[in-house]
Amino acid sequence: MTPLRCLASRTVVLPNENVDTDQIIPARFLTTTTKDGLGRALFADWRYDKDGRPRADFALNAVDAAGAQVLVAGRNFGCGSSREHAVWALADHGFRAVIAPSFADIFRRNALKNGLVPVTVTADVHARLASAPGASVTVDVESLRLILPDGVSVPFALEPFPRYCLLEGQDELQFLLSREAAIAAFESRPSATPPLQEVS
Amino acid sequence: MSEPRTLFEKLWDAHLVQAATADTPAVVYIDLQLIHEVTSPQAFTTLRERGLPVRRPDRTLATADHSTPTAFARDGRGRIVIQDREAANQVGLLERNCAEFGIRLYGLGSERQGIVHVIGPELGVTHPGATIVCGDSHTCTHGAFGALAFGIGTSEVGHVLATQCLLLEKPRTMAVTFSGALRPGVTAKDLVLGLIATIGAGGGTGHVIEYRGDTVAGLSMEERMTLCNMAIEAGARTGMIAPDAKTFAYLEGRPFAPRGDAWSAAVERWRTLATDPGARFDRDVAFDASVLEPMVTWGTNPGQGVPIRGRVPEPDGDKSREKALRYMGLEPGQPMLGRPVDVVFIGSCTNSRLSDLRQAASVMRGRRVAPNVRALVVPGSQQVKRQAEAEGLDRVFREAGAEWREAGCSMCIAMNGDRLASGQYAVSTSNRNFEGRQGAGGRTFLASPLTAAASAVAGHLADPREYVA
Repeated sequence: MTPLRCLASRTVVLPNENVDTDQIIPARFLTTTTKDGLGRALFADWRYDKDGRPRADFALNAVDAAGAQVLVAGRNFGCGSSREHAVWALADHGFRAVIAPSFADIFRRNALKNGLVPVTVTADVHARLASAPGASVTVDVESLRLILPDGVSVPFALEPFPRYCLLEGQDELQFLLSREAAIAAFESRPSATPPLQEVS
Repeated sequence: MSEPRTLFEKLWDAHLVQAATADTPAVVYIDLQLIHEVTSPQAFTTLRERGLPVRRPDRTLATADHSTPTAFARDGRGRIVIQDREAANQVGLLERNCAEFGIRLYGLGSERQGIVHVIGPELGVTHPGATIVCGDSHTCTHGAFGALAFGIGTSEVGHVLATQCLLLEKPRTMAVTFSGALRPGVTAKDLVLGLIATIGAGGGTGHVIEYRGDTVAGLSMEERMTLCNMAIEAGARTGMIAPDAKTFAYLEGRPFAPRGDAWSAAVERWRTLATDPGARFDRDVAFDASVLEPMVTWGTNPGQGVPIRGRVPEPDGDKSREKALRYMGLEPGQPMLGRPVDVVFIGSCTNSRLSDLRQAASVMRGRRVAPNVRALVVPGSQQVKRQAEAEGLDRVFREAGAEWREAGCSMCIAMNGDRLASGQYAVSTSNRNFEGRQGAGGRTFLASPLTAAASAVAGHLADPREYVA
């Protein structure tokens, strides 16, 4: 994972509530066996018409959306399917942070494992950002502050461990592997549940 | 004497390899991981890149269900052929990964193949008190057995393959207490659609739901699975139900259930899992099930539901509702009854078990699917398929003019050849009415198997109570 300490970028605004992971990447793109190149499928059914041409009225297709690394989205962003492909598609497209009033649990967990920062903000902050697409914000993971276009800075919450992983470019698997002794001890307890065993 | 604890807290405590610290989340042991072809390939890639083995292949079970066809084509030697090249590659890769890492696979062609959340319980691998994960959000289905079961992303699939553990923040708890008996024609599907319409598609976010109350006690195991299956549609981490005599009766004698003394000891242990009297939940929701009507969704998230005799609601200035109405091609104030339907899909991890198929058959028996409707009945597993055929349900469906398919996710996820055409309306027993979920441009009304079957016969959205004796 690439470390992320501080990110300054223009925003793309997608104000809809309950944007589900089927919108972020439709299931027909999930027959892939890699993480690569999924950016082209990002929001495919909203972004392109039936003939594959970009829809002029979709936020990601706006001229000033190119290169933006921060997505401003509505409440309950990423609900539905657990597909990590949704995060891979956002990241492959170039997003490094999503700002929303709330996130679906699995999406949020997936995002943090791929260097995509979920920034939860109040309805008020969200409304200010949603009304100013293309404005510049700064997401500071180090100080856990979001600097709004008018220079006002607001705090956001991130659990200590995912914050550490973002700052250091570490991943969770390394930490879990380092717990080997504790895991082995847990498995050897007499009360441990038995593994799969077919009884004939 | 220790503090009274909830079912969830007992499972959480029992699986703590290492408690949370100020800097790190808890390390939680996972008893069983279920894997399938779509969300596992990149996790195996991670293992290979790091030179890691699968830590506990004996706590891992695989099947192929999402991208697999439900109408089999066979080659000259009788082998099943997947026409879609990418899907074929994905299923083939699952087979190779399982062979290489020593994982038990009930793949395409196996008599135990099926939707991962249908085969877990029916094989008896789903045990009360266990922690179960799968790279699939509907893993909450297994919560019906008093397991702590939830969906994870592919990175976490890799974590569990490598370490059998996950790093977790402790979720909050929510008690949903249902009271009263369901009226005739009202099912567990209506119960959960009614709940989500009340608390919203994000109403359970950050919480583990425990379903409680006399209504839940009265539900069969298959109905409980339907109820838990859709906990994720309220945004909850999972749904669970304390195991009881019905749970034990369901599991006893299944291939992976303990036998003999081990069985008695297990039941003894499982009986202690129920929430202690006086245990506190972070949130309490009460729901009167006795007044519930059959439910149907009008919009593009599962929380947008109304009683089947209800009307399309006013958007009241809500932009997301306006967008949903536009996508669905519906006008506020229109009655749901009588909405035209092109396709009826009976299947998915929500409603593809034997009791669901029996309900659908009870409506279709001696009737015909309307000429304007294409009806698909897709059993959840090969075992469900065989049981249904032994009862003659396949004949009921076929004689009514419905298609009877092989087991799989089918039109719930539309990445396997079964899908809606753009603009088509479906009544579906699946769990998601998201835009394009059942095929780009397709429009979904979620409902119970009874309502779906009644609508297939009527040729439009219909009240199942007019079709059940």
